[in-house]
Amino acid sequence: MYNFEFEKPGSIADAVAALGSEDAMPLGGGQTLIPAMKQRLNAPSKLVSLSGIAEMKGVCVRDDGALSIGGATPHAVVAAEAGAHYPALAGLASHIGDPAVRNRGTIGGSLANNDPAACYPSAALGSGATIVTNNREIAADDYFQGMFTTALEEGEIIVEVRFPIPEKANYQKFVQPASRFALTGVFVAKYADGVRVAVTGASEEGVFRWSEAEAALSSDFSASAVDGLSVSPDGMIGDIHGTPAYRASLIKTLTKRAVAAAA
Amino acid sequence: MPQVSMTVNGKATSGDVEGRTLLSAYLRDHLGMTGTHVGCDTSQCGACVVHVNGEAVKSCTMFAAEADGATVDTIEGQANADGSLNVIQQAFQDHHGLQCGFCTPGMVMSAAALLKENPKPTEQEVRDYLEGNLCRCTGYHNIVKAILAASGQDVGAIAAE
Amino acid sequence: MPKDSGIGASPKRREDVRFLTGAGNYTDDINVAGQAYVHFLRSDVAHARIKGIDTSAAAGMPGVVKIFTGADFEGVGGLPCGWQVTDRHGEPMQEPPHPILAQGKVRHVGDPIAAVVADTYEQARDAAEAIEVDLEELPAIVDMKAALADGAPKLHDDLTSNLCYDWVLGETDDAVVQKAFDEADHVTTLELTNQRLVANPMEPRVAVGEYKRGTDEYTLYTTSQNPHVIRLLMCAFVLGLPEHKVRVVAPDVGGGFGTKIFHYAEEAFCTFAAKACNRPVKWTASRTEAFMSDAQGRDHVTKIELAMDKDNNFTALRTNTLANMGAYLSTFSSSVPTWLHGTLMAGNYKTPCIQVNVKAVFTSTVPVDAYRGAGRPEATFQIERVIDKAARERGVDPIKLRRQNFITEFPYDTPVALTYDTGDYNGTMDKLEAAADIAGFAARRAESEKNGKLRGLGINCYIEACGIAPSNIVGMLGARAGLYDAATVRVNATGSISVMVGAHSHGQGHETAFPQVVAEMIGIDESQVEIVHGDTSKIPFGMGTYGSRSLAVCGSAMVRATEKVINKAKKIAAHLMEASEADIELKDGMFSVAGTDKSVAWGDVTLTAYVPHNFPLEEIEPGLEETAFYDPANFTYPAGAYACEVEVDPETGKVTIERFAAADDFGNIINPMIVDGQVHGGIGQGIGQALLEGCVYDENGQLLSGSYMDYAMPRADDVPFYTVDHSSQTPCTHNPLGVKGCGEAGAIGSPPAVVNAVIDALQSGGKNVTHIDMPLSPGRVWAAMNG
Repeated sequence: MYNFEFEKPGSIADAVAALGSEDAMPLGGGQTLIPAMKQRLNAPSKLVSLSGIAEMKGVCVRDDGALSIGGATPHAVVAAEAGAHYPALAGLASHIGDPAVRNRGTIGGSLANNDPAACYPSAALGSGATIVTNNREIAADDYFQGMFTTALEEGEIIVEVRFPIPEKANYQKFVQPASRFALTGVFVAKYADGVRVAVTGASEEGVFRWSEAEAALSSDFSASAVDGLSVSPDGMIGDIHGTPAYRASLIKTLTKRAVAAAA
Repeated sequence: MPQVSMTVNGKATSGDVEGRTLLSAYLRDHLGMTGTHVGCDTSQCGACVVHVNGEAVKSCTMFAAEADGATVDTIEGQANADGSLNVIQQAFQDHHGLQCGFCTPGMVMSAAALLKENPKPTEQEVRDYLEGNLCRCTGYHNIVKAILAASGQDVGAIAAE
Repeated sequence: MPKDSGIGASPKRREDVRFLTGAGNYTDDINVAGQAYVHFLRSDVAHARIKGIDTSAAAGMPGVVKIFTGADFEGVGGLPCGWQVTDRHGEPMQEPPHPILAQGKVRHVGDPIAAVVADTYEQARDAAEAIEVDLEELPAIVDMKAALADGAPKLHDDLTSNLCYDWVLGETDDAVVQKAFDEADHVTTLELTNQRLVANPMEPRVAVGEYKRGTDEYTLYTTSQNPHVIRLLMCAFVLGLPEHKVRVVAPDVGGGFGTKIFHYAEEAFCTFAAKACNRPVKWTASRTEAFMSDAQGRDHVTKIELAMDKDNNFTALRTNTLANMGAYLSTFSSSVPTWLHGTLMAGNYKTPCIQVNVKAVFTSTVPVDAYRGAGRPEATFQIERVIDKAARERGVDPIKLRRQNFITEFPYDTPVALTYDTGDYNGTMDKLEAAADIAGFAARRAESEKNGKLRGLGINCYIEACGIAPSNIVGMLGARAGLYDAATVRVNATGSISVMVGAHSHGQGHETAFPQVVAEMIGIDESQVEIVHGDTSKIPFGMGTYGSRSLAVCGSAMVRATEKVINKAKKIAAHLMEASEADIELKDGMFSVAGTDKSVAWGDVTLTAYVPHNFPLEEIEPGLEETAFYDPANFTYPAGAYACEVEVDPETGKVTIERFAAADDFGNIINPMIVDGQVHGGIGQGIGQALLEGCVYDENGQLLSGSYMDYAMPRADDVPFYTVDHSSQTPCTHNPLGVKGCGEAGAIGSPPAVVNAVIDALQSGGKNVTHIDMPLSPGRVWAAMNG
């Protein structure tokens, strides 16, 4: 990979300052960035590690009842510590990558990268989470803007993610057999004011909400409520692991399973 | 070049590294500890797994600079003080849990992390935990068996032949 | 009671201690003082004419030692193909040159265009980015049928077409074959693909070349299954170096599965460049590079037809196969679809009339060569899939149909050039039926159905030709090498033994298993016997480890050499005890005179050999060391029967392997633990082929499965525990150990069992699915169910 200057600040303010230099990039757990750099797909002049910033780590429940997760919190910590408050989210975190990856990869890194097959975007969108950066709060509905594209601006880092805790929720991941990313993943969360269904892995536009299912499930939170619906294969990803039609079919199957598991 | 220091298998080490120097390269090239292997470049095969501050990580997907000040444990430090194989290593030998040996360091390090977290895993838990460790020789049969045996469970009933 | 040492025992592997403590010595662990690093600039297009290469900017970059292009290798040979196939008209195959670095054209993504040697690897890679290559892109040649069409673009301008050869085996008279089909009561036809695979040993390939000007000696450290073969090919065909000045060392090798048999450009390059740069040169493949430079496996497209009479006896079999060679002929590539595939098309069955047609095709893809099983998995898959389909079409039990057509008398001359020396296919099937608990399947299926899953049972048999190979036979068939092996048994004065063997373990545990044989023959402790391998400077000669041959061929050489040692030792013992040599017996490490109480220990005899104060010098020389070369009389024929049970999720198409049982006849067994492990590993790879793995190129020749992100390797949670049984044993009749070889069986026998099981599951669910091409990924199974 190309060489770069490595910096590991101890505070958000220092990290933001370090990211001010030209071609600097933040480094979360590096579990996606480092393999990409090995292929020389990125050439940062400087990598600013976020792993030394204590204020960006940890899991806690806020006064408003939302679950707060620091942007630099590794998946393994979320898997271990979020379970008491938001089991579906902990379950999702416990199946990202593999154990070693989960010890390094972070929620902020995953959401900033917004891989179309990553798990966390479906939880954030499916929970109506708030992405808190060093200078603003972004609603999940505004944050995800297509494959590998987010509302983040250059040098902006995710310091915290706030998840409203649902009454019931579940995540169903159907793995792509090689990468073990989601070939399709569906996150279903039932809140007092309605149900949210977020789908990852399937769409060429990245994570999205399946609004027909949300409407149906908001009036009847049962697997059979989705029976009459279908997802159009248009715009779904087709690759060597699955056709658009297959992914469309999985969305429905996994939604039903998520609802059944949540209920 | 920045200097990093870390305690590897209980011994203080330090060296000048580039920003891009991976932990695996620090171990192999700077310290000459070639027991940690590199089998892929997409963070999947797990031959490079070591423990950093007690947690399993893929050393090919972590910069050496990130481990500055850390405690690192590698396959070279796993044997008992008298040089004899530790419980996990011995189970791998007893149950033929390795063939070519290339994935083995990562397997042993992952197994150690698993058993620390879950001292009596089920077969399924072992298989799930090894999601990030590829072996091309054994079909995993004897690796899973060895880890179950290392946890003190009776593997006599597992089909051998 | 199981034995605790010697033949048939399972001592713990001695190599494990170093592997388990990080003390293994793999090629990438070797660093030679002063070494430079090479990075290969590889083509990113499948097919193009090289109009120009400008290295001037790169040459001035930091750390660059020297930059090489194809022009630097015009004075040396290309990589040779070791097997000359003769086509159906008696003409030799078309054999294009295979340069070390591309000359004139690039022919696959990954074809090396230039090589940069620099002080560090990153510097070499930086400089490679500064090389300007002017490529005129040409049409990619990916699909085999299209490659053979009239007017198709040619990959090799000097060849007449993209056809390497058009080959036939068995009944060559088309009219005779057609008559058999015309007279058949039923014909079952199946078109199938045996998809391209990537071997993926976990250790990527590495080469380190060193040249010592003072003595004009070269050393190549390389990840090889057969260092002597590499030395021979590189010296004789590529670089034109004297063999005695070249040492090839393959230290611990991290898996091979065939892909480390072949002589690769990078090996010759590092050897050549070490002298040209006057520095050692090291190359370590990244996994990404491995996907575009390691020879790949399989890639056959076949139509198979099976004719049966009214009683379901097989009467004729005909196949037409297209076999992908890739862009160049790798070392043994031409032999795989022919002599390692066509010859196995009788399978375990007494089909009287067989015709095998194979067209081998050049495409702009990575070269294809032997991968675990090499040709035999392709043969087995066709036969066992078509039989399964036939059983379904005829409404007969698939086990019964197989049993009815088994070969039962041996030796048996097949219509496709082999003579099976021994076997007991019904006996092996009996073992399988017990091991797999076939009788309990119906209850297990009912249980699965209760849980909303479809359950299927798949059965298949296999036979393979191993112990490769009798030199006179393979010579007639086009091999350009002999396929014997060699061993030297060196007895030290104190009685311990070093055995130098030509086989080279890359996971098979030779260091443990081979001493079991020698120790038992002499009656000494195994710890007194050490194996030396993997270094041309230490071993007499050897053709290496592949084709399940190590024990059957090299082990036989070791037995012969040990016999020679024992015979000489008996002469010494006879002299010491003043007895007739004919009366000397050796048991448990003691020589005794028959009918007396006189005896002398092994150690006393060996000491006498080296301290010949009291020695029959007029009859025998001092010392105790013997070498034997062993050339087998026939192939060996391991055979077996496998059973797989799957569950299919009808909503997602996801297949789960619930049970897997294997019954193999490997003849005699030296180390059951190692044999079990070999079978496990083969099954793991076979399940990988059946459900997960596939090397896919798009229409532009771009590799879509170029990393573990898209090439699905089997993981621990993809497979179950396996039940393996090798108690069905018909010893090989022609080698001294009666062994057949076990390394490839699992990979050969398991894919059809898995696919047969999935088809059975889908049929049980009322789906009229008769075939799905591998890998049976969830998406494909779902599409078949909903098709």
